[in-house]
Order: sequence, then C-alpha cells, then structure tokens
Amino acid sequence: MSDRVLDISNLRIALNGNEDSQVVKGLNLKIEPGQTMCLVGESGSGKSLTALATMGLLPKVLSPIAGSIVLKGEDMLTATPARMRTLRATAMSMIFQEPMTALNPVARVGQQIEEVLEFHSDLSQSERRRRVLEMMEAVHLPDIEKLYKSYPHQLSGGQRQRIMIAMALIMRPQLLIADEPTTALDVTTQAQILKLIRELREEQGTAVLFITHDMGVVSEIADDVTVLKLGEVMETQSVDNLLRHPQTDYTRDLLRSVPSQVPRPARSVATDEIVLDTDKLCKTYGGGGLFFRAREVMAAQDVSLSLLKGRTLGIVGESGSGKSTVARCIMRLIDPTSGSIKVGGKDIATLSQKDLKPQRKNIQIVFQDPMRSLNPRIEVGESIIEGPLNFGVPRNKAMTRARELLELVGLPASAVDRFPHQFSGGQRQRIAIARALAMDPDVLVADEAVSALDVSVQAQVLDLLAELQARFGLGILFITHDLGVAAQICDDVVVMQYGRVVEYGPAGQVLGAPQQDYTKALIAAAPGRHWDFANFRPFAEAP
Amino acid sequence: MTGQTTTVAPRETISPFAKVRDIVLSSPIVMVATALLAIIVLAAIFAPWIVPHDPVRLTPSVRLKPPNEEYWLGTDAFGRDLFSRIITGGRISLVIGVGAAIAAVAAGLLLGLLAGYIRWMDALLMRMVDGLMAIPNVLLAIAIVSLWGASLWTVLFAITIPEVPRVVRLVRSVVLSAREEPYVEAAIAAGSSTWLIMRRHLVPNTVAPLIIQGTYICASAILTEAILSFLGAGINPETPSWGNIMAEGRIYFQINPGIVLWPGLVVSVAILSINLLGDAVRDALDPRMAQRGIDR
Repeated sequence: MSDRVLDISNLRIALNGNEDSQVVKGLNLKIEPGQTMCLVGESGSGKSLTALATMGLLPKVLSPIAGSIVLKGEDMLTATPARMRTLRATAMSMIFQEPMTALNPVARVGQQIEEVLEFHSDLSQSERRRRVLEMMEAVHLPDIEKLYKSYPHQLSGGQRQRIMIAMALIMRPQLLIADEPTTALDVTTQAQILKLIRELREEQGTAVLFITHDMGVVSEIADDVTVLKLGEVMETQSVDNLLRHPQTDYTRDLLRSVPSQVPRPARSVATDEIVLDTDKLCKTYGGGGLFFRAREVMAAQDVSLSLLKGRTLGIVGESGSGKSTVARCIMRLIDPTSGSIKVGGKDIATLSQKDLKPQRKNIQIVFQDPMRSLNPRIEVGESIIEGPLNFGVPRNKAMTRARELLELVGLPASAVDRFPHQFSGGQRQRIAIARALAMDPDVLVADEAVSALDVSVQAQVLDLLAELQARFGLGILFITHDLGVAAQICDDVVVMQYGRVVEYGPAGQVLGAPQQDYTKALIAAAPGRHWDFANFRPFAEAP
Repeated sequence: MTGQTTTVAPRETISPFAKVRDIVLSSPIVMVATALLAIIVLAAIFAPWIVPHDPVRLTPSVRLKPPNEEYWLGTDAFGRDLFSRIITGGRISLVIGVGAAIAAVAAGLLLGLLAGYIRWMDALLMRMVDGLMAIPNVLLAIAIVSLWGASLWTVLFAITIPEVPRVVRLVRSVVLSAREEPYVEAAIAAGSSTWLIMRRHLVPNTVAPLIIQGTYICASAILTEAILSFLGAGINPETPSWGNIMAEGRIYFQINPGIVLWPGLVVSVAILSINLLGDAVRDALDPRMAQRGIDR
C-alpha cells in the first residue's frame, strides 16, 4: 500500500551498536493516513526510542542496527541530516511530555511558532503572522493577539501544550508523534488536549503516533494499539479488540493493574480512635516584606479533616489545589499559618522544633519521586535506621529491625548494605516505606507515592500499603491526583480546589455520587472512566 | 511475603586501599598525573638532602649562566643554582597552595552551610560575603600583609581570605537546592538534628564541586603568592618559592628565559596533576559514577 504514512519494519535499536544489548527488538508498525496508533508500554519498553528513531533524534549511544522506517516512501534511517531537518517540520513533527521545557523560555510563543514557517516556507512576514494566528485559533487558544506576544511562563500548562501542538501542525505534516503529551497535565486539561488532538486529526487528516503508559488515555484516543514490552511487540490490535480480548498474558496483566474508577466497597469502621485531626488549617504564602507588602497566596484555607486508626483518607485535586501543602503542613515540613494539627490527640501545629521532635515518630511520609527520596550516597540500611537512632534505639537493634522491615516490604534483608541506585523505582519506593515504618508511626502520609511508578508496580505498592495497614493499624493519608488510585484504596476522600475543601465524605459517596460541580467535572474528565479494564469490558456491559 | 521483584544488583565491597588504587589506575592520564605530582611533592619534602647546591648562596661569578654540567638549569641573576631553587621553592608554594585550598574550603563550607540551611543567617552572611567580594583579591591580600607584616602565616591568611567568598556562594547554592530534596525532608521528618542533616545529607553533596573549587584555589594561591612576592608584599625574597623565582627572573627573561620557563613548567605540571587527580577523586566518591564505571 503506497499511501501508508509510516511503515516501520523489523526495527532494531542497540546500545553502542552491540547486537547483544538491543533495546528495541524487531519492531513492526504501520500507520495509515488519519489513523491514531497508540504505542503502549511501561518504562523501558522502547516506546519513546521508537519515536525518537523515527524523528532521527536518537541519543548518540543508541543506533538502529537493522530494519527500516519508511515515511511516505522515504527511508528515515538512510536520509541525510539535512533532509531529516526538512522532513521534521514538513512531513512529521513531535510534541513532548513537558511543554515548559520544550518551549524556549525567553522567546515570545508567537514568534516560536512563526520560526517554523520562517525556516520551512517562503511566506512573507505578514502572511506568516496570519498563518500563526490562524493556527493558534485552530488549537482554541483564547485572546490570540495577546497570547502571540506572551512568554511561555505566562501561559498555563494546557495553553503551552496547545502552543506546542500549533507549532507541530503549522506545516501540516502527515505524521504527528505525541510522546506522553498529557502526562504532565491535570485531568481536566488532559481531556481538552485529547479532544483537540482528535479534532485536528479529523480536520487535517494527520496520522498520529501516540505514546502513553495510560490505558485510560488509550481508550479515549486510539484507533489501534501496539503493546510493547522490553523492546518487543506483544500485540497490535484495534483498541476495542485489545481492551476486550487481549491476546497475551502481558496485556492482560497490564489491563488488570489499571485502577478502576469505581470506588471499592466501604469497609466497616472498627474503631473510633482518631490518629490525625486538623481543624481550620491555613497556609498563606507571601505577605510581609520590608518595603512592599508582597501578594498573599492562600495555599490552604480552613482545611479540616480527620483520620481514624487503620483507615485511609485520600486528598485528591489538581496541581495547585493545595493538597501537597496540607501534607507538608501536617508533617511540619512547613509551618502552618493558623489552625490546629492533632496527631494522636496532641496539637503539633505550633510546637517549637525541640518540642516537635518527640512527636515526629508518630507521623511519617513517603514521597513521590523514588529517585530522590533516598540519599544516593548512603546505604539503604543507614537511611532506614537514621530515624530510630535519633530516638535512642541501639544500632544493632535498629539494623536488625531494618532487615525485618525490608523483608516485610518484599526485598531481601541483604539489601541493607546496598546503595539506592542499585534498585528499581518500585523497589526504592518499598525502601522508602520501610524507612517510614521503622519509626512505628500511627500515621503514614503518602504524597503521590505511586504516581511515578509503572501501573503494574503501582498495583504492587498499593497492595503492600493495604497489607501493612491491616497489619499495623496504620492511618494513611493518601495524596493523589489519580481518581482511580483514590477509588481503589481510600475509605474517605477530600476533594480540594484552590486551597479549599470542595467535598469531603466516604469514597463511595464522593466518587460514586458527587454533589459538587467540581468533583463531577473531575470525574467526567478522568480518561477511561467507561471501561472496566480489569474485566475486559465497558461498565455499561457489566452483568 | 509477596515474593515479587526481589532481584537486586550484587553488592560491591571495596577496601579503602583498593579504592585509592582504583582511582590512581582509573586511566593512564591519572597514573601519569599521580606520578608527576608524587615526584614534585617528594622532591619538595626532601629538598635539603637532594639539592646539588645551596639554593640561597650567592655566587656572583656565575651569574645568569645557561644550563651546563654543574648547574643543570643554569643560574639566576645572583648566581644561585636554579634547579636547587625550584626544588626548594616547591616547599613554600605547595604549602601555600594546599594550605590556602584547605583553609578556604573549610571556612567556606562552614559559612555556606549556615547561610544555605539556616534561613535567618542567610541575609547577614551573604551581605558580608558580598562586601568582601567587592574588594579585589590582590589588594585585599596586600592590605592584610601590610597590616601584620610578611611571614608564611600572614601570607597564607592573606591569600585564603579573598578565596572564601566564592566557596561560600558555591556551598550555599548547593545547599539551597539539596535542602529541597525529599531525602532531606525525610530526615527532618525522622527527627534528625540540624547538625546531623548537614553532616550526612548536605555536606556530601558539596564534596564534588568543592574538590574542583579546591584544586582551582590551590592553583590560584600559588599564583597569588607569586604576585605578592613580585610586589614585595610576599615572603622574604631570599626564601625561594616558585612565584618569586619567576618574579625575579622576569627582568632577565631575554638573557636566560629558563628562570621563568622552568618554574613555570613545574607550576603548570603540578596544577594540572592536582586538577586531574581532583576529577578522578570526585568521580570515585560518587556511588552513581562508580556504578557507571563498572558498566563501562
């Protein structure tokens, strides 16, 4: 078939050209005009490398050693660098995950789009400007004359991604490669961007190679799906077939790991012992200043919540909603402006650092980024026992406990004397959990603790948290932007927006039958909410 | 319990001796640098026993001789043996270079940690540091020397002080970004004292940039000492240092260029070797770099 846009056959990419260290192993992929092909896989599956190889942007240490990438009848692997440069704007273009870093922060966004035309067309200046404004209109940016002259930092994340899309599509390429374009965005923005990509594909007939790790996004945007695992294609199917009848065990496991949007059945309340309680907690940034009164930002306003022993309370919200501010106030990593924080009945909101120290052991935190939450320079065991040593536990005893805890979180006890870089992301998150548990806390704060993990690893870590909760009666304060994750593990849910609590109640009620418009909008925007991935069918068809 | 994902990379056990050996043997360039530096340092230490001539004895009959059998590198304007002076000069220059580097790094590290981690000290310390930085290095050094008179210790002090502000700023910037790391916050949550957090979690982050900065200060101190000697604000000109040999030889450059070139060469080799070793040590101290080294 000659009008095929992209035809990748038997692509092999290897590290340093070495046959034995292949990272993409014989990949085949075909995209027709107007088709959206999703490339799905966990980290290390080679999905981004395939995109970069197509664009001719592979890092130097990686090189294609076999196969071909044919774009509109032309092989990308043999094209000259000059030819690739022309093709990159006119025949294919790419949008990236992080729209802030992909745009030049010191140039006006309108000019950045116009630059593409300057290099690749003979249009006059006024003609170029007209085309740019047209394109900005097409990606539904508001007030385009003003935005044309804005700098990237003046735009929201969603607007920046729209600018990226405008830049990518202004030369009307046949192929748009989108590498996780919505991963860094909030769900409501994500929904808008997905809609925009669908719309532009229909208008312009652009073929889309869409790379994602999120099955929800796949169900929203894909025509066809290719599943990758460690550089090998597991299967290629139409999206409906894939979600209903996955052919390989790997795809089935992947789909089963996707957290369902339907709240889990409520657990009976076994205790009324409150382990954490905040009352009208406020955090204001800014104000003060020597000469001028700086603008005040209310990061958290009148947040009142309480957590029972052995229960999980979720805080959900988009970026900037104040959910992490609340967590950091509760941990006293930042000082609250007003309000009370009672941990085990004692108010810690205004304690001095000295008086606070004995209270620290009651409440511990697990962070989002597994790569940064352990000191890379000290052994894992030393990280785990740091807390207990501060509280006078003898070294031998603390180390013995550290070994037990590592086994408890599913790692070998011998891990104590290894360094963090020797572990995968999921393993490090387990270590961070072990470190928190070493203090025997009553409350565990998990700040986006599974957000950076692959979906299968995420499911394992969530299982681990549930198991530890049952065993130690931990109260867990779970902060997340992912409604699916919240639905799976929370007993109660707080929804936050602009620093305020919008809705607060049992998970079944808040996520199942929301009362507030904002909560409803959040739930409506969650990708893949119609699919029951674990049972391979849409919810509508559930018996 | 849940028996999944338990494969972990094997542990490397390395004794301190093996670690030093690995650093030295990490590349041929580092081996050569270590050897050259060792020769220069040993020669300086054992100078009184190995010099062929007395480095301070004036022999006017053999002024400004080119290299010959008796005077291997020739003689200077007072007929002193250049080779002996260069070997002996290493004693002062190396003491000043290494001493200034250690003192400036130590003072800068302490002040930088306080400025970076303890909020209320930041503005206070940094304004003082800014003030110090506003005065040109050599001018400040001359002022200090003329205040207390020239001796090894005052010269060392005078060279160290102007280097401190740069170290403070470097350490402060590293600390400001490191203190936001989740592992530092985890340590706060674990009830660790400020002192412990600084020692365990912040200082190690500063080591790599400080080694680089330290080698730079070492080089710059050797040169500043030369400038001070040249301006007459340095150590007694009779006592040779690489700097004052070059300073004195400058006017006779056309007659015997060796008086400037040979000590200059030794200074360059010493500084280059120190820099290369510094790089190698920095790489070896970082466990992530070490891991990459194994993969390579």
